[in-house]
This record gives sequence, C-alpha cells and structure tokens, in this order.
Amino acid sequence: MTAEVLPPALAEIVDLFATSPPRDRLELLLEYSQQLPPLPSRYAEHPERLEPVPECQSPLFVAAELGDDRRVHLFVDAPREAPTTRGFAGIFHAGLDGLTADEVLAVPGDVTSRMALAEVVSPLRLRGASALLGRVQRQVREQLATASPTA
Amino acid sequence: MALPNDPDPKLAEYAHPEKLVTTGWLADHLDDPGLVVVESDEDILLYETGHIPGAVKVDWHTELNDPITRDYVDAERFAQLMRQKGIGRDTTVVFYGDKSNWWAAYALWVFSLFGHPDLRLLDGGRAKWEAEGRPMTTAAADRPAADYPVVERDDTRIRAFREDVLEHLGKPLVDVRSPDEYTGKLLHMANYPQEGALRGGHIPGAKSVPWARAANEDGTFKSRAELEALYGGEVGLAPSDEVVVYCRIGERSSHTWFALTQLLGFERVRNYDGSWTEWGNAVRMPIEREVEPAS
Repeated sequence: MTAEVLPPALAEIVDLFATSPPRDRLELLLEYSQQLPPLPSRYAEHPERLEPVPECQSPLFVAAELGDDRRVHLFVDAPREAPTTRGFAGIFHAGLDGLTADEVLAVPGDVTSRMALAEVVSPLRLRGASALLGRVQRQVREQLATASPTA
Repeated sequence: MALPNDPDPKLAEYAHPEKLVTTGWLADHLDDPGLVVVESDEDILLYETGHIPGAVKVDWHTELNDPITRDYVDAERFAQLMRQKGIGRDTTVVFYGDKSNWWAAYALWVFSLFGHPDLRLLDGGRAKWEAEGRPMTTAAADRPAADYPVVERDDTRIRAFREDVLEHLGKPLVDVRSPDEYTGKLLHMANYPQEGALRGGHIPGAKSVPWARAANEDGTFKSRAELEALYGGEVGLAPSDEVVVYCRIGERSSHTWFALTQLLGFERVRNYDGSWTEWGNAVRMPIEREVEPAS
C-alpha cells in the first residue's frame, strides 16, 4: 500500500525483504553486499571525491552524479569488513541507480524502515542507511540547483 | 573439562592470564573437545562472509537482548541459547570479533553475568586471525546441542544501573567514548543527527579514556605495564577502587571492563550498560560539559 510511491526497482527490493522470514532477510542483505559494483577509477583513485557518511558505524562514502539526461548514477564505497553497510549500499545502488533526479528525490526517507530489518539489524544501522539516502538526495538537489539556478 | 591455559609470556604478565588466548594457541586447540569458539561482531553479517572453522555466531542484538524490554535475556533464554550453540556449563568459550573485540568483549561480559566459568578472549580478534592468513570458512558450524543449566543472572557484581551510578557519583568513573562524545561537542556539529541522545556531555566526574587506548594497532591488548601506566599512572585508578565504566550502550566499555578486571586485576569494576543512551535521554540527570577532555 505504501510501496506505490517507490520507484519499481526499489519497491521490488522492499517487498522482497518485507515478505521474507528474518533469517532470509540477513541472507538477502549479504547478497546485496556482494552485488555492490566496484568504483570506477575516477573515484577509486580519488576517494576524496566521495562524501563520507559519518552516521554509519563503518566507513561509507558516496557520490551521486547527475548526468546530462537528468539520470542519477550512484558510486558507493564501504570496506569488505563491513558487509551490513555494504548491503545497504548495494540495495540503494540496485534500487536507485539510473533513475531520474525527480524519482530519486521522491523516495521517502523512511524507506529503510519498510524492509522489516529492525528485527535483525540494530536501529543505529538503519539510521546509517537513511543517512546514506539523505546524502544522495542532497547531492542530487545541489547538482540540480547548479544546473538550473531557478530549480 | 577446561582447556589448558595459553602459556604465552605476554599473557603471563596479566592478572588473569587464563582469560586471554593468542591466535597461535587457538589454532592449535581448534579441534579440542570442550572448546567452543564464539564470534560476536558489531557487523552482524560478518560471520556469514567467513569465520574461524567451527566457530558459532552470537548476535548481540537478537540473541543477547530481551526482545521486548531493554535488558539482557533471562536465565531461561540464556540456557536455551547455550544449548542451541552447543555450549555446556563446563565448556571453554573463546570469543573473538571485529573492531578490536568490542563486541566479543561485550558478549563475554554478558556471559559473565550468568557466571559461566571459563570465558576467554582471542587477543587481537578477527582482524589478527585474518591478517595471519589463518583458515576461515563460510561452512555453517554444526555443533551438537548441549545441556545447560538455568542459572540466574547476577546483576549486582559487574553491572551498574542508573540508580547505582547516581549513588556512585564522586567515585571513579571512566567514559570510554570518543573525545567529542565526552565533551558534548557532537551535539553541536552542523547537519549531523545526534546518535540516540537528547543531551550531550558526560557523567559528572568521569574521566575520558577512549577504549581504544587499551589496544595496540593490531587489536591486541597493550602489555600489563602499558595498561598500568595508562589506568594507574595517567588516570590515577588503583586496583582496589570501585569503578564504573560506560560508553553509549555498554559495548565499548565492556572492552575497558575486561582490561581493568581481567588484565589488571581490579575487583570492583561495574559496566553501566544503560550508558549515554540512557543518561543523555533521562530527565534531570546531572551532566558535565567541557570543551576539551581533561586528560
């Protein structure tokens, strides 16, 4: 019922989590952590171009690029020793990458709480995941403003 | 039957050498009957990415906490957990984990509330084991269920509640959080949500000793002499002192509790697990703030 405002890819992920038993939710999170693509060299060689997300308990860095087509491309990095953080990064990458700026900005900030992860992941983790989304949306907003100052 | 102690000379210096094992000792004893290795991490998915062969996972969030009340599991639930993990009352349990053993020390402390006799920490934790190229596996540990008696939790000896801390004011308190959390500066940082507390600062009179100062770069504990210079020399604590340690939820302070009690032989150290997420949110708690930590 709440899912209709979500972009289809993200809605599908949220549904998948929400309808899986708790044990499988962890397994899913692990799978998303493994699906996070490696950084392209322009970020891998210049990690300072990624913005840190200090709300996360583990190091997490993100850059959202707004292309000429107004589509958003996400670049996220988190250490291998932090699979939970990587898992959230993987979810957002799978759910948001390639969407339009408007679609990304329309994602509600509480989307992570709809994945029924509170039972298996600590609340602070979820806050870190929301913070990641918040950073992405802010970066997109800033680039929109630069692209057209009246926006 | 308890396993023999690790005779390592560094460990022999500590007040309770039997409470730590080295990676080499663990590698030699992995297959010993009577031993269960427990991995407890801050990142609850880390175990699934690979763990010490035979190790079982204990999830601090879902397995050690009561699902409803903010408290640890009760005696019945703890006994069930032990049976399911294949741990008997006479099993030697060796804990290890990520982040220099924060969560491993936390799990060890919770097990201590139930008085489990033989609890040890792997010096250097998961990072050291991996750095040495020792075996890791993703294969699920298959341990037969064990018998475990229902033993009441003792919250009087090593655990402090808010009321205990109020009574304790004036005696030694150690705040093991980062300097910015201690001073209350974190509340003032622009654009960042405060992590779980409405007020920033520290409990009046608390000394700031970030937990990581007890650890070396590789996550092992500092030597006894170094720890004595820190807690005794610099902070001025004596082994006979009554001390309360705290952090945000009691996990980092478990690491310091371990260093003080097991490595330096302090006998009256209590961990305040309510910590700042209780104190910084509760009404009318006295709070101290300062720009820079005193030490």
